[in-house]
Amino acid sequence: MNDMTPIQTTLKDWETDQEVRWCPGCGDYAILKAVQRTLPIIGADPAKTMFVSGIGCSSRFPYYVESYGFHTIHGRAPAFATGIKLANPELDVWIVTGDGDGMSIGGNHTMHVLRRNLDCQILLFNNEIYGLTKGQFSPTSRPGTTSPTTPLGSYDRPASPCAFALGSGARFIARAYDVSKELSNTLIAAHAHRGAAFVEIFQNCIVYNKDRFDDFAAKGVADTMQLWCKQGEPLLFAKGTKGLSLDLDTLSLKVVDVVDGDWQAAGVVVHNVKNRGLAHMLVEMPFGPFPMALGVIYDDPAPTFEGSVAIERQKSVAGKTADLTKLLSKGQTWTVEPEAAHGLMD
Amino acid sequence: MATITAENDQAALADSAVPEAVVVRFAGDSGDGMQLTGGQFTLSTALAGNDLSTFPDFPAEIRAPQGTLFGVSAFQINFGSSEITTAGDAPDVLVAMNPAALKVNVQALKPGGLIIADTGEFNKRNMEKAKYESSPFEDGSLAKWEVMAFDISALTLEAVKPFGLGNKEALRCKNMWTLGLSLWMFDRDRQPLIDWLNGKFAKNPVLAQANIAALNAGHAYGETAELAGPLKKLHLDPVPSAPGLYRTITGAEAVSLGLVAGAQLADLPMFFGGYPITPASAILHNLVKMKEFGVTTFQAEDEIAAICSAIGASYAGQLGVTSSSGPGIALKGEAMGLAIMTELPLVIVNSQRGGPSTGLPTKTEQSDLYQAIYGRNGDAPMPVIATRSPSDAFECAIEACRIATEYMTPVMLLTDGYIANASEPWKVPDPASFTPFPKTFLEETNNPDGKVLPFKRDEKGARPWIKPGTPGLMHRIGGIEKAIDTGNIDYSPAVHQSQTDARTDKVAGIAKGIPAQEVTLGEASGKLAVVGWGSTYGPIHQAVRRARRKGLDVHHIHVRHVWPMPTNFGELLAGYENVLVPEMNTGQFKTVLRDQYLIDAVPLNKVSGQPFAIAEIEAAIATFFDAVPGNEGGEVPVNEGQLPSPEAHND
Repeated sequence: MNDMTPIQTTLKDWETDQEVRWCPGCGDYAILKAVQRTLPIIGADPAKTMFVSGIGCSSRFPYYVESYGFHTIHGRAPAFATGIKLANPELDVWIVTGDGDGMSIGGNHTMHVLRRNLDCQILLFNNEIYGLTKGQFSPTSRPGTTSPTTPLGSYDRPASPCAFALGSGARFIARAYDVSKELSNTLIAAHAHRGAAFVEIFQNCIVYNKDRFDDFAAKGVADTMQLWCKQGEPLLFAKGTKGLSLDLDTLSLKVVDVVDGDWQAAGVVVHNVKNRGLAHMLVEMPFGPFPMALGVIYDDPAPTFEGSVAIERQKSVAGKTADLTKLLSKGQTWTVEPEAAHGLMD
Repeated sequence: MATITAENDQAALADSAVPEAVVVRFAGDSGDGMQLTGGQFTLSTALAGNDLSTFPDFPAEIRAPQGTLFGVSAFQINFGSSEITTAGDAPDVLVAMNPAALKVNVQALKPGGLIIADTGEFNKRNMEKAKYESSPFEDGSLAKWEVMAFDISALTLEAVKPFGLGNKEALRCKNMWTLGLSLWMFDRDRQPLIDWLNGKFAKNPVLAQANIAALNAGHAYGETAELAGPLKKLHLDPVPSAPGLYRTITGAEAVSLGLVAGAQLADLPMFFGGYPITPASAILHNLVKMKEFGVTTFQAEDEIAAICSAIGASYAGQLGVTSSSGPGIALKGEAMGLAIMTELPLVIVNSQRGGPSTGLPTKTEQSDLYQAIYGRNGDAPMPVIATRSPSDAFECAIEACRIATEYMTPVMLLTDGYIANASEPWKVPDPASFTPFPKTFLEETNNPDGKVLPFKRDEKGARPWIKPGTPGLMHRIGGIEKAIDTGNIDYSPAVHQSQTDARTDKVAGIAKGIPAQEVTLGEASGKLAVVGWGSTYGPIHQAVRRARRKGLDVHHIHVRHVWPMPTNFGELLAGYENVLVPEMNTGQFKTVLRDQYLIDAVPLNKVSGQPFAIAEIEAAIATFFDAVPGNEGGEVPVNEGQLPSPEAHND
């Protein structure tokens, strides 16, 4: 987020005249709507809002938001965003990327934009597949994913975007999924965080990886397999009948039953968004034995990159004036007098 | 190089006991401080008013093992009382601080030249490391040179004894002792150096005093040794140069200053995204210290992020600049294509080095010309400017900024390892003498019907520059082919044809806004034109000058705008019977000239990591004339196999 005067807009104000070109039923539509619904809520100014993307289905996003937008090259959106934000810190910068763009070809830039803590929102659409190139497995695909390049099933061990982000030094980690009602609130929290806010959004690729997230996103299992993290509240799921507690012997989380809502008795941990250790445990929980941790998992602001750059600039220019004549004649100089030169040339 | 009048040039021909110029090479271990010695000697030369050119030649390793042949670091300087444009072919004086330095450098020395060697380092172990089976001072192998071999190490230890330094620290003063002797030889004032040492060791006055003592001892040794032996004091008069304020400058410094000046003339803040790479890093080091000029520097995580951040800054309204050397430029290729496609201003500096791949990181080459002109996917035209010398780099950098902003295009500025590190005197220009080219941004819609047209072109084919943050002008840009005017995604056949043509025409049209190609030395027609670009300027210029003194019909043309080239260039070249193109590559500009003008350009190629010697180009020129000796004096070995055969029209 950045400081700005709230502007009154409606969802319609954020739609462009461009025809949206995602496949019918793609999860990207739901995310686009959630973003367009959220921007008026946070009072965003279209003239100061900047969407930057790389390459992939998700990266077409900027064309559909009526703000400034830059559809760049594969994996490099964070680098462009860094230049944009340093050149004009007043811009509210959103990076839109995917699991291939942000975790594979652009993994390096994702790491560095997070460790530097550039003030921006990073929305990583994770559909666990390469969509635009027609269905190859991605770095987040689960082992056994059959695809044109892995006809017998993939055997790479997948990367975990949130664990990667935390390991890179991110100060804000959140998770949501495309059609979730909570997506907008998650985006609001990400925007409210000053610094790099990393949001992994599970997104259904209707064509190449259909319903991949049904094991927690489908209606029937949502209650039992989703754990929404809320600051200051116990980590409960399954309608409050189960919770996460700390196993002191193994220093890891365990699922405990909560009887009659007495979560204290069951030793359920209270969520603290500033607890980095807890965040690590929440994003590393193996899904299946554990539910999927969603919502704001970690939120502990630190100085931003562009802020540090500004402070360094102040120190660097203190007492200096921008005198080009002086700059050019720096160091040891000597003067050739007109008379002397003339005499020699005669 | 200093400017000089033709009369003076002729006057310099008169024979005289005092040479017009002297070439000195300092060589030692990479830990001996040879680059520092050379740098300080350069400064004293400049302060004495001599024109000069230098060539630092150092290994790629930070500290190669002591005493080894590959660990030798050398610094050559050519200075004199007339115009100097190269670091000199063959040294007159070689200062060798150890056996390896002697072994590596002695063959380059002119017959009759002077060797000054530190016998204190010629022990059995060091001679073995340098692959000497017997002492070169005793076995007669140095017979064709004058030799002054004495124990510089012992003399230095003696001189700094009163300061109680450890043996290692005391020996570190050897380079100052040697410098003191050199200053005596060329009748130089020691005071500027003493001031410099006092400043450098302000926190450790004992070290300052020890170094000054070593410097004075070396100087005093000269006075005494003159009485017997080959050592002679030589005074070279100051070069007659145009009046004004002068300083020495390296190419890397000149590029940095030129970029700052260019951004100021464009009335823009500058954003520099860089990643460390030899020999380009110096530009980032310099710019970090110039933030008061609205410069933001960003050391990115890699070459790709460096250029992408610069393009991002350009989109946001600053002048984006990135710099690298060949391997890094290769990584930036895709992003350059995006800057071409989105039509954003950007300056890309390539300090070329030997390639391919990692190649010769610390050595010079001009082999990235194809990469600069053609090296991107798709039809991706981009203007290319080449600097010819450290002082020329300043103007070239300004020109790159002008073209980038005026035409909304990335521009490649080519320099090389030689230019980047070499220094020469520079007449400090008056910033007011440059015409400003302030850039304006679109503030209101350019469409009478309302919605902004981000790709509506002006008469030069350039699109408007719109800063994000401007109310009402929201728009999206990207790397996908785009519709005319609106910039909306559109890759229909007619649109791609039209936009490809528009981008090509825009860059080709830059030729209309650049000066006509001039003849650097000679006339606009004749028997032979020697055509060069980049750092071959010095040796070509001297070789043509010498050939013209012999009465040969030879002319020098040096090209700054290598893409697009000046509009008169084809016609100019057609006026010569022959065109010779010396290049430190396998013939890249030769091919461009053949392609653009259908002329039979003859290549002269060298890829040894070393700049051309004047004699090599002289020898090549001679092949176009009957009965003209090409290698007068035989001072420099010329590879006959490399010489062109004009009749054979060979490649």
